[in-house]
Amino acid sequence: MTKSTYGPSDARGVWVYLEHQEGQLEGVSLELLRQGRELADALETSLTGLLLGYALGDLPRRAVACGADVVLTADHPALQLYGTDSYTRAVTAMVQDGKPDVLLLGATPNGRDLAGRLAVRLRTGLTADCTGLSVDPERRLLRGDVVGFGGGIVATILCPEHRPQMATVRPGIFAQPEPHFDRQGDVRSFPVAPEPEDARVRVLERSVSDSVDLTRAGAIVAVGRGARGDMGVLERLAQLLHAEIGGTRVAADQGWIGRERQIGQTGVVTAPRIVVCCGISGAIHFTVGVDKAECVVAINTDPDAPIFEHADYCIVDDMFAVLPHLVEELAKAGALAG
Amino acid sequence: MSELHTIVCMKVVPMPEEVRVNQETMLLDRANARSIFNPPDMNALEMALKLKEQHGGSVSVLSMGPPFFEQYLRLTLCMGADHVYLLSDRAFGAADTLGTSRTLAAGIDKIGRFDLVLCGEESSDGATAQVPPGIAEWLDLPQVTYALGVELDPFNRRLRAKREIKGGHELLLVHLPAVASVKMGANEPRFLDWSLRPWGERAELVTVWSLADLPVDLEEVGVAGSATIVDGVRQSKSPERRREILSGSAEAEARQLFERIKHYLREQ
Ligand SMILES: Cc1cc2nc3c(=O)[nH]c(=O)nc-3n(C[C@H](O)[C@H](O)[C@H](O)COP(=O)(O)OP(=O)(O)OC[C@H]3O[C@@H](n4cnc5c(N)ncnc54)[C@H](O)[C@@H]3O)c2cc1C
Ligand SMILES: Nc1ncnc2c1ncn2[C@@H]1O[C@H](COP(=O)(O)O)[C@@H](O)[C@H]1O
Repeated sequence: MTKSTYGPSDARGVWVYLEHQEGQLEGVSLELLRQGRELADALETSLTGLLLGYALGDLPRRAVACGADVVLTADHPALQLYGTDSYTRAVTAMVQDGKPDVLLLGATPNGRDLAGRLAVRLRTGLTADCTGLSVDPERRLLRGDVVGFGGGIVATILCPEHRPQMATVRPGIFAQPEPHFDRQGDVRSFPVAPEPEDARVRVLERSVSDSVDLTRAGAIVAVGRGARGDMGVLERLAQLLHAEIGGTRVAADQGWIGRERQIGQTGVVTAPRIVVCCGISGAIHFTVGVDKAECVVAINTDPDAPIFEHADYCIVDDMFAVLPHLVEELAKAGALAG
Repeated sequence: MSELHTIVCMKVVPMPEEVRVNQETMLLDRANARSIFNPPDMNALEMALKLKEQHGGSVSVLSMGPPFFEQYLRLTLCMGADHVYLLSDRAFGAADTLGTSRTLAAGIDKIGRFDLVLCGEESSDGATAQVPPGIAEWLDLPQVTYALGVELDPFNRRLRAKREIKGGHELLLVHLPAVASVKMGANEPRFLDWSLRPWGERAELVTVWSLADLPVDLEEVGVAGSATIVDGVRQSKSPERRREILSGSAEAEARQLFERIKHYLREQ
């Protein structure tokens, strides 16, 4: 058997890896703190947050306020930008020193890049993109729920003998904690140093533009191939509904919406109060991303489109015939309310 | 530089919508599901074939799976791949990403010299995206995940890669050899070239290796080489919806919809 660097009897504590951007903890990191707190309480152990970067400022204090008992920091100019090699080395050193029982990361591009590398270096098990986490009370093991086959199937995964039990967690699934700035915690800095291997990959340029977070949107206008890139009336609708624009992979591939606005299995899972699906067929890859919406509206010319099985209100018609009237009604109502 | 050699890791997967949970055994029933190439693996293959067109060299396709994969993998020869390696042994079965990446890395070691390993971003049945970083770690190579496009600088043996990050992208400069995973839709995969059909049938273009052929121990592959176990599967259920059909003229439909959703306006 491939053995991990330490075993269950030496392992203690729940650790969460915290991503941040421009001095703020990422949404998924806050979710990890809240969910990690619950798991740590269930296992009667402590919660540790890992913060890597440069000039971390008051991020450690925020992590404590959001539920961490301990924050381990690696604050170094070489860690200013995420790099697989430097980050893997730093977290490996932290893990081998502190021997956590559980290590959770966000299922973001960088979180998954790091987790996949780290799991093999530590020779341990990693459950990908969990939509549910719990503790098996008898065996005291982490149970990770993952959706497979385009969303049709849920499997529960355990890592019985290797430590840490690692998982990446899908953004937007768990609630965020209420910060309490009077909470006390222990902030410890961990020494790191650059190595020649870090030069194998160099970041030439980084651009983060539209950082919209659809997981938090209250209303969404979702567009599919049927929209044919004609966004005028859709944007007007979104304005009137105070909604964000989202859409299918086709809409993102065509460039009608930004990639971060893609909904579904390989996009984001949303939970708005209302989502209006326009010109979307309703592939399961897409519908898993709107299943948590309170109200789903579908407008599609094809009466047999699967989207209608996932909708509360169904209109079998041309979206470009219906939407102008809906916009008109909404505008009237808005004028009345205003 | 010596000839560019790219290895593309490709997996044959069941069509997702045809997989069911057998309600009695609670096991996945894939027997009735048709198979396809994992979609982003086709983008990885296309990227490799483009590099070959631009810079020469060769493309090998590597897969771990049961013997029936061979008939699918031969299709890649009709698209322009030069050789197929299939790692097939009962001992490799039921592996998680730790065991799978170990086995594929052993296959790559056995193939020998290469410059670039390309994978898909994630598989539609495994859906972990963990195998590519895993391969990179076993081989101690730099990695680029979620690549949207690459450019080769053959003289300096470097690759410029555009990679997706949360809310944007970054441009990386990577020393070869390296491992990259390719985003689904990164390019438009080509069709089969039917004139290559006879070539695709040639026996010597497919090499099948079993455990005994690979530089790896029984303990490191398959179930033994895995750290995770599946503790149960269930069919996920979509929430029940009202499915109320609103009909009439476009205007009437819009008005009925407005009546039903207007309270969302006020509550915001
Ligand atoms: C591994 C994998 C992962 C995937 N992940 C995702 C994902 O995360 N998100 C995602 O969305 N997809 C994903 N997909 C793709 C998914 O399977 C579908 O192909 C995609 O969702 C279809 O997008 P669509 O509904 O916009 O287009 P189509 O399926 O082409 O549907 C267009 C619809 O518009 C209707 N229409 C046309 N004209 C009009 C009109 N004037 N008015 C009203 N209706 C009209 C048509 O009747 C049709 O139903 C994934 C696929 C794979 C294999
Ligand atoms: N059995 C396999 N054979 C060949 N390549 C694989 C196999 N499993 C995974 N891969 C590669 O790894 C990528 C990511 O898969 P996964 O980690 O399972 O999501 C896939 O797109 C393939 O390129």
